[in-house]
Amino acid sequence: MISELRGTSLREEDIGSGNVLTTEWRPKLDFAFDPGVAIGQFLQGLKEGKLLGRRCHQCGRTMIPPRMFCELCFRRNDEWVELKDTGRVNTFSVSYVNWDASRREKPQVPAVIEIDGASPGMGILHLLSEVGESVKEVMARVKVGTAVQAVWKPAAQREGSITDILYFRPLS
Amino acid sequence: MTEKVAVVGAGFTSLRAMSPDMSFREMVFDAAVRAYEDAGITPRDIDSVVALGEDFREGTCISDEYVPDQLGAVQKPVQTVSGDGLQGLGVAAMLLNTGACEIVVLEGHSKASNIRHPAHVEAMALDPGFVRPHGWHPVFVAGLEMRRFLHESGNTAAQAARVVAKNRRNALRNPIAAYPAKVSFEQVLESRPLAEPLRELDCAAPADGAFVFVIARESAFKRLRGQPVFLDGISWISDTCNLFTRGWGEASYTRQAAERAYAMAGVSSPSRDLNFAEVDDSFAYKELQHIEALGLAPKGQGGTMLEQGAFDAGGKLPVNVSGGSLGCGHLHDASSLRGLLEAVLQLRGHAGERQVANARRGLVCSWRSIPTATGAVAVLSRR
Repeated sequence: MISELRGTSLREEDIGSGNVLTTEWRPKLDFAFDPGVAIGQFLQGLKEGKLLGRRCHQCGRTMIPPRMFCELCFRRNDEWVELKDTGRVNTFSVSYVNWDASRREKPQVPAVIEIDGASPGMGILHLLSEVGESVKEVMARVKVGTAVQAVWKPAAQREGSITDILYFRPLS
Repeated sequence: MTEKVAVVGAGFTSLRAMSPDMSFREMVFDAAVRAYEDAGITPRDIDSVVALGEDFREGTCISDEYVPDQLGAVQKPVQTVSGDGLQGLGVAAMLLNTGACEIVVLEGHSKASNIRHPAHVEAMALDPGFVRPHGWHPVFVAGLEMRRFLHESGNTAAQAARVVAKNRRNALRNPIAAYPAKVSFEQVLESRPLAEPLRELDCAAPADGAFVFVIARESAFKRLRGQPVFLDGISWISDTCNLFTRGWGEASYTRQAAERAYAMAGVSSPSRDLNFAEVDDSFAYKELQHIEALGLAPKGQGGTMLEQGAFDAGGKLPVNVSGGSLGCGHLHDASSLRGLLEAVLQLRGHAGERQVANARRGLVCSWRSIPTATGAVAVLSRR
């Protein structure tokens, strides 16, 4: 099909060699992100090996990741609660694509994990590991609803980041 | 406008050079709680939300996805306006005038302190083929414009410097202002040149803060508590953005937006019919340029009238009695919401020690800052 099209296609080397002129700009687009009270406390909790949530006394929900207000009741919520580092898989995907769109040999398994003690549907996004190295193996070990537990970095290496949890692994 | 539209609730945070203790969500939530309390509504009463957001300034892509939670607008129609606060107000007014909405919320915030290289973000607004390759700090645009404006109008750099002295002094009486100060015009003229004739103290410094307004149609007033401030006229105009073909001397976008807004509001003589004006002063000369484009001073007379005290807090037509962006801080596209807040406070008689006597009608004039030639004008009044 493409060979039937008339004309000369543009090639990478035409741009590199300067036969086709382009303009280039490399911006410095660095942003800080003020975590505020809710995310700041949550990150501090991670550093201490804890998962922290916030509870709203009006609707009774326990929210993780935490926020200082309940988006449904629209009120300042009420208390901090320490949650377990276990939960259940809400959804997961077996990903074969790297950051640069190249293929991975061994897949990564991102998952939404509903944390035990939080309200239904409340969870964090993390990685599942120790679940096999192919779709078939992963599907044999992980289902929607599979119980999982966090595997933490050693305390001395934690820095107050979501990556202070290395990954989640099946409980059984 | 088919039916009267009014601001019926206003909420805001203090404006600060930095706000590391709060996320933008927590800031906006605080402003929203105040605005809804002021209007006497709960989020259930909100028909739609208009939020301002420019991804390059938010540091997130598709930042409109981050709008609903902190406004209590989960599962409601939300639109993000990548534009100035008054453009957002215009969109809110149009939504109300469609008849589909009775109560609309308008939100704008600034987390300018989170932008690590603001000049690089501004540079992304410059033409990539003709302008950016020069590699200049974007403030040169303001230097070019100031030179040509002074040349064409006959105003002077010293007169522009007096804008800084006035506005930062006014900010001393505004408790939310980030940069109140006693600064003399000589100090401004002696400050370091950035893009001469523009000097360091001519430029409004960035600040963080959040604003939320509740805007409603007259038909909804009976179920609201907030004292309405009516939007009598609003317009916004974009002139060409091309730096090599634009008219540098006059703020044509302001002149045209003002003509339309005045016609809608029935303002025939702005300097007589208006009691105060909140006018963009991102750079000191812009206040003079905008004052003349608004018809608040004859062409070339803005600086002289300023020197005579006409635009002082106690003058014939106070301009930026709030302190403006020079005194309160520059909030990017939310700057004009700071002006809108001042208009609401003045027209309700809630402006405290900076209250303009008998304030019945005022205007807010915005500019989207360099390198744009876009701005808006809104006329507001009390009954």
